Amino acid sequence: MDRIPILRMGDFLLVTIQVDMHDRLAMTLQEDLTNKISETEARGVLIDISSLEIVDSFIGRMVSNISAMSKVLDAVTVIVGMQPAVAITLVELGLSLPGVRTALDVERGMALLQGSQRNFAIDNEEIIDGSQHE
Amino acid sequence: MNSTVKTKLADIISNHQDSLLTEWIKEQQAQLGHQRGVLSENELKAQCTEFLQLIKTAILNEDQNIKASHWEALRNMLGDLSRSRAEKGFTPSETANFVFSFKKPLFTQVHKEFTTDANALIESIWSVSQLLDKLGLYTTEVSQTAREEVILRQQQDMLELSTPVVSLAEGILALPLIGTLDSARTQVVMESLLQSIVQTGSTFAIIDITGVPTVDTLVAQHLLKTVTAARLMGADCIISGIRPQIAQTIVHLGVELGNVITKATLASAFKIALEMQGMKITRVNPVTKI
Repeated sequence: MDRIPILRMGDFLLVTIQVDMHDRLAMTLQEDLTNKISETEARGVLIDISSLEIVDSFIGRMVSNISAMSKVLDAVTVIVGMQPAVAITLVELGLSLPGVRTALDVERGMALLQGSQRNFAIDNEEIIDGSQHE
Repeated sequence: MNSTVKTKLADIISNHQDSLLTEWIKEQQAQLGHQRGVLSENELKAQCTEFLQLIKTAILNEDQNIKASHWEALRNMLGDLSRSRAEKGFTPSETANFVFSFKKPLFTQVHKEFTTDANALIESIWSVSQLLDKLGLYTTEVSQTAREEVILRQQQDMLELSTPVVSLAEGILALPLIGTLDSARTQVVMESLLQSIVQTGSTFAIIDITGVPTVDTLVAQHLLKTVTAARLMGADCIISGIRPQIAQTIVHLGVELGNVITKATLASAFKIALEMQGMKITRVNPVTKI
């Protein structure tokens, strides 16, 4: 059975969906990704769906769920490269993916992830600084 | 109509073709009035001659139904004529007059032929009148359809023309909307915007609604859909050009624009888009004209 590969890049996980998603594949991805996040303690997940041309309500909800689950596991999710037709379909289906970050391409998505990591680091430092002052 | 009347009528048309033609053209030119300059006399004469030729053969047939196949040549001729006249700006009644004005010269001629037989006269006038009425109505129908086609084409052109996506700076697109937004237009707007976002790799899109006369709940919903779709692709949207009245309507209607950035003018929307990308406009020494 085919699987969607999940690549590790430093603190982030990279998922590129190169084939048309079917329901079973989406379920497997959901399972694999959550496992991988907890295994690697990844800080961010980048999902590239630029090759995905057809979505239905199920796949749309899967994408939304996967992002929500990553968030629960404390990993920032960025979805990149959504096709116009896919975006229109998702909006018409009422799946506006609240709380999911989006970017035009992988490069910008990566920049977004790194930016959010920097902010996180700064926040941490401030906390540490704050505790030292007290 | 019986066959003797039919042959008689055909005979009348072919025997007196020239006099009928002159009378008919005179009749039409009197009625054309201000449109007279649009149609040259030669053109009119050619059309009338063709009509006479065709009706002469068609009238001999059994069937009086002009939808039948042996009327096809005449029908096509009238169809072409109506269409070309509709394009020249003739009203449907002016076009129909082409056929109706033939009645007077023809009736005069028929009257001359049947001076002795009153019954035959009435019968032939009645049948000819009925036939010409049908043909006249047919031209009206065709010119109506031709005009509708023109309107439809213009509507389509307007739809495409009125949704341009322009690039303002690197990574910033603007979409000036003009006219009422309905579902069909929103679809076109959304598609062209998203397509341009992909093509140019822009991260900001400014939707300017200065030219949208009214914003009701439906229009607001359409706008929000477009904004959400753009966000899903990774581009942020700013809605600009909100006039005071529209701001009032939006609040009165209780429309939630959510966390979409809204600005009063396109200029301020452009400025904030530049700022968010880390760019700004500065004043430099003006270039002097040589």
